[in-house]
Amino acid sequence: MATVTLDKVSKVYENGFHAIHDLDLNIADQEFLVLVGPSGCGKSTALRMIAGLETISGGEMKIGDRVVNDVEPKDRDIAMVFQNYALYPHMTVYDNIGFALKLAKVPKDEIDKRVRQASKILELDANLDRKPGQLSGGQRQRVAMGRAIVRQPAAFLMDEPLSNLDAKLRVQMRAEIAALQRELAVTTVYVTHDQIEAMTMGDRVAVLKAGYLQQVDTPQNLYDRPDNVFVAAFIGSPSMNLYEATLDWNNDGGTVHLGDQDLALDAEMLAKRPALRNHDKVIIGIRPEDFEDAALVDKDTTGKQLRSNVRLIEALGSELLVHFDINARTADSGDPDAVDEGEGAANAVARFSPRSQARMKQDITIAVGTESMHFFDTSTREAIWD
Amino acid sequence: MTDTTSKTVGVTELSEADGAVGKGSSGLRKLLVYGILIVFAVIYIYPFIIQFVTSLKTNTDAVDNPLRLIPNPFDTAAWSRLRDTQFPRWFMNSVIVTLTVTTFRVLFASMAGYALARLKFRGRDAVFTGLLAVMAVPGIVLLIPKFLVLNDLGIYNSYWALILPLVVDAAGVFIMRQFFLQISISVEEAARIDGAGPFQTFWYIVLPMAKPALITVTILSFQGSWNELGHYVIAVQDPDLFPLTRGVAGLTSGQLGSGSQFPITMAAGLLMTIPTAIVFVFFQRYFTQGANVGAEKG
Repeated sequence: MATVTLDKVSKVYENGFHAIHDLDLNIADQEFLVLVGPSGCGKSTALRMIAGLETISGGEMKIGDRVVNDVEPKDRDIAMVFQNYALYPHMTVYDNIGFALKLAKVPKDEIDKRVRQASKILELDANLDRKPGQLSGGQRQRVAMGRAIVRQPAAFLMDEPLSNLDAKLRVQMRAEIAALQRELAVTTVYVTHDQIEAMTMGDRVAVLKAGYLQQVDTPQNLYDRPDNVFVAAFIGSPSMNLYEATLDWNNDGGTVHLGDQDLALDAEMLAKRPALRNHDKVIIGIRPEDFEDAALVDKDTTGKQLRSNVRLIEALGSELLVHFDINARTADSGDPDAVDEGEGAANAVARFSPRSQARMKQDITIAVGTESMHFFDTSTREAIWD
Repeated sequence: MTDTTSKTVGVTELSEADGAVGKGSSGLRKLLVYGILIVFAVIYIYPFIIQFVTSLKTNTDAVDNPLRLIPNPFDTAAWSRLRDTQFPRWFMNSVIVTLTVTTFRVLFASMAGYALARLKFRGRDAVFTGLLAVMAVPGIVLLIPKFLVLNDLGIYNSYWALILPLVVDAAGVFIMRQFFLQISISVEEAARIDGAGPFQTFWYIVLPMAKPALITVTILSFQGSWNELGHYVIAVQDPDLFPLTRGVAGLTSGQLGSGSQFPITMAAGLLMTIPTAIVFVFFQRYFTQGANVGAEKG
């Protein structure tokens, strides 16, 4: 058990590419921290630096109280689970799990005890004599986990361990890994590009973009109070709807001019964000669930409605995803992986109750939960709060 | 009801009839394919049959009826004469040289291939370029320089001279390197985290994974050194040190060169072919598979 501390850690490759910029992270003992971000954000590089598979160009890295900048991977007391499992194909499951212990010259009976213990936890008992090629994807993933837990390391490092599994198995393994981590109480750093994985598994989530740390917080805080446009758009599925808008103020509150439509802002909401009064141009963010079919809302939503025409409906059973247009300029989230739906695609997504009577190509009135709206500075793209 | 039954029966009959037509045409195709294969097999095996049969003929019969498959008279004199030459000794020399060369070639090719594929060291690319350059030089051009070096080293006309220049082979190193490049780097990283050093990673993890490439290099080395002639001509002059190719070449140009001594020549040729044929038949499956694997870049 140990803390993992990154103090202004940076990585510059030989070709001059700066992959990580002054990364500060304090990972508590027994914590499950998820590193998440789009491809090329440096999350795997950061993990590999913790593992010792990449050299550190600057800063200080500690596992426990020990500075490990120049310590070999095998001496860092960590275990790693790779994206492609990286099992030894010519060895049986038993030998795969026990290989590290064999190299460490652990007595044979102790190896046997620990391998069997790990395989029991992971329900691999029946497969110990098989080779990886004879196992299913899920079983291989478990062997990779077994290889990590048998060493009883100070920290687990996991590099997108679920990305090769099909959707159903991924959900199952997600829960199993999270449960296992809690049971074993080992500090874990987990890399993924899947924000749902990040949100469901991590005690805290660190969001990275282009080598810069954007925000570290609990999943709920990241969702409710994103620090900037990137985090706001990256966390949540479907993504937050982001538009450029202007603001007007009066004694009772304010008005957001969103294209050719207006939304009223309550004085109460403005009181929570006094800094908003200093802005007349902002980026506003509205989560899909903060839109609702106005016909289904009991309370008075006058002044907090948008009119549009339904472009597409995705009925998911428990909810309807309704795509429509808002006549306003969308704001770029800065996510390189974001799918550009091209000209003609709707620029807003709402999550409606399945009771909604919304129909394709029909006009609709949408109630907006303006109290949950997010505001960002147009130049710094940082959230506007206090 | 009746209608339905009759329809069902009709469909069954139709599909059976289809099946029969299908079976008939596939059977015919099979017959044709096998026929062609048999013709090619005979074309390939026929020289060996002639070789064996001729070794059991008399010199006169071999000249008069070279293609006849039944010797007349049946004569094993060629085999007895061969036993009385130094053939058994040369055979043993070939076995010693080939096994030693193959063992070391596989070892060195795999180690050097791994170093060139994975270990980071200054000048690695230059070494690899040099390796490619060596492969581009025809072996015949190197015969005289090789002779001079062997002479300078003082090992001319010894087993060392037969073995040493053959134990490292650029093509083997190249095949192994290309194969190692295909092995996922994360497997080696996993071994590193598990506590393995570079040699342990190579020995316990990478080498067992490289079985197809190892088999390819083994077969190529075995065939290469068993069939080698040019190098053996410049490496030794003592008949006691001759490997088979060198010895038999000497026989056919010397002792057996006069007249038409085809039976003994054929007997010697046949014995020389057997070991490589066995190795090839035994590893054939891996050979084709391994060659492709080694050629592909990861």
